[in-house]
Amino acid sequence: MRHLLTLLSLLAAASPAAAGLTVFTCEPEWAALAEELGGEQVEVYSATTARQDPHHIQARPSLIAKVRRADLVVCSGAELEVGWLPMLLRQARNPVVLPWRPGHFEASSFIKRLAIPAELDRSEGDLHAAGNPHVHLDPRRVAIIAEALAGRLSERDPDHADHYRRRHEDFARRWQQAIARWEQQAAPLRGVRAVVHHKDWVYLFDWLGMVEAGALEPKPGLPTSPGHLATLKQELERQPAAMILHTAYQSDRAAQRLSAMHGIPVLKLPYTVGGSERAADLFALFDETIERLLAAAR
Amino acid sequence: MFKKQAIPVALAAALLGSPAAYAAAEFNPEISLILDGRYQSYSNDSDYELPGFMLGGEAGRGKEGFNLGHNELVLSANIDDRYYGKMTTVIADHDGETEVELEEAFIETMGLGGGCAVKAGRFFSGIGYLNSQHPHSWDFADAPLVYQGLFGGALRDDGLQLSWIAPTDTYLKLGLEATRGARFPAGGSANDGAGAAAAFIKIGGDIGTSHAWQLGLSRWQAEVEERESGAGHTHGEESAHIHYSGDSDVTGIDLVWKWAPEGNATQQNFTFQAEYFLRNEEGEVEFAHEDESGSATLDGEQSGWYAQAVYQFIPRWRVGLRYDRLAADNRLSDFALSGIDEEAFAHETGLDNEGHDPSRTSVMLDHSRSEYSRIRLQLARDDSYEESDTILTLQYVMSLGAHGAHQF
Repeated sequence: MRHLLTLLSLLAAASPAAAGLTVFTCEPEWAALAEELGGEQVEVYSATTARQDPHHIQARPSLIAKVRRADLVVCSGAELEVGWLPMLLRQARNPVVLPWRPGHFEASSFIKRLAIPAELDRSEGDLHAAGNPHVHLDPRRVAIIAEALAGRLSERDPDHADHYRRRHEDFARRWQQAIARWEQQAAPLRGVRAVVHHKDWVYLFDWLGMVEAGALEPKPGLPTSPGHLATLKQELERQPAAMILHTAYQSDRAAQRLSAMHGIPVLKLPYTVGGSERAADLFALFDETIERLLAAAR
Repeated sequence: MFKKQAIPVALAAALLGSPAAYAAAEFNPEISLILDGRYQSYSNDSDYELPGFMLGGEAGRGKEGFNLGHNELVLSANIDDRYYGKMTTVIADHDGETEVELEEAFIETMGLGGGCAVKAGRFFSGIGYLNSQHPHSWDFADAPLVYQGLFGGALRDDGLQLSWIAPTDTYLKLGLEATRGARFPAGGSANDGAGAAAAFIKIGGDIGTSHAWQLGLSRWQAEVEERESGAGHTHGEESAHIHYSGDSDVTGIDLVWKWAPEGNATQQNFTFQAEYFLRNEEGEVEFAHEDESGSATLDGEQSGWYAQAVYQFIPRWRVGLRYDRLAADNRLSDFALSGIDEEAFAHETGLDNEGHDPSRTSVMLDHSRSEYSRIRLQLARDDSYEESDTILTLQYVMSLGAHGAHQF
């Protein structure tokens, strides 16, 4: 026990001083946004990559160590991370990033969420009481979140408030120009019907006026079945759809099966930053998403 | 402070949310119920024993036929901005009577800072890897033999735990515990009810995006006063009186390694874990049963390990393989016996290893429809004692209520 205490004091003395703000994000889209707004003043780590399902992550040791040292935790919220973030926060013992502290930023709490269930029953699958949490695929909502996040960065690091304000002004200007361009390009997508794997695309569809023609998951989070695919196929025969969408973190097997049955193309979209080689930042993510949707809808 | 950009005001307002409505969706406290039931069949009807181990706690192979397992009701919540609290009650039948057992009841600090936390109350010790996990999150239907033999299932006590996480990139956690020492494998609440202590270190990290690991070292020690045990085997209707008093300490090492392709565990994943524990006991053993009685000095060493691998080969389906092995070397001296000889004394107290090292091999297959439900089939070849047993277990473990977040 004496040895333990000696080791304890040695390690406490050796704790490194980080430069600027250390930001821990749950998903890569928020890491990209924090980098846009913070630049060289922030050191950003994302708990997940585009190849990982943000619903199902383990509170593994490396993540606990990262949260322990974070000045700011940025997550989607709305229960997307309910299976792992609460455990991570309890294990990391970092009081500044607890949910009620300024070091905790839940992106979805700043915007109007869609698909808030009227009734909560797990026979309806993995529903989120606070609404659909996949909020980053509507750039108008991202603009609102960016403003709130820039404000939070300044609050956490007041010495560099000017820096964050300048970067946010620059980002917001470029982002609004990009939105105008995307909306113009995406005009033909209005009313286009698409089958989705999971309800990841609610906010994208809300923005672009696209229509969800069904989901491969019979209920959110539950696996697809041959019976469900047959029902989907019948529905598609009555009311056709242009494509089947899935993300980089989902297997394309169910999508390919429906495609083989019904003949509409499968489209893998980056979904988030890093979901394809090209989608290296938020701008490229939407550029690619819209181009690929247009190509598939043609 | 931040200039509104070109989003039309009306549109921006339509997309803005109200954080207040959000918080209302959360429940306080969180309640969850774990349902566990099973069917077990044995090929061997003789009494269970682990030669060389004085059994206590929940050691054993469970009931034959249909029976309920570990049904738990869990309540937890943030008490305020400083404390978190949790209570787990187990509702189980013992000899036809329904008993409610307080499995865990603790508070834990959240806002201490400096990476420190204090936990107080009744809790599972932080030693080992599996020890602090609840039975419903185990990968097999039963505890490894080394946990049954040394801890009577799991080490759990009333007291205080102080733990600290280092501000380093590699995960490093240190923990110290001071506890009452009333429960097996301690007993008697020595030192005015502070008779046991534990310490543990855990380090861990990632290797690339596909691998994660954790290594732990543990130490537990207690001053034991008149610990009761059921010996290595049961004595039918009339229970024998077997007491141990003296020092007891356990040293352990545990390793877990998890793999998932690119860190995405939903399709396929693999977990390997292994733990080893060594217990030393030096003290006095007393035995009394009908007209047989006696005492002796014990210098004992009991150890055991298990290794297991669990592979999710397609979504929702997992297979697992586990191997258990124990060994005991107990030296008895200074006998004072009446109506019983030295050999019978060693046998009756469970300290005679009968020249046998207990071992067991288990395979399991489980299916999870969602993260809340699991059905498991397990087959074990149990060589805990000289007569082999084949144990078949069909089990369900399901949870309802709050979304439980599991530790690594």
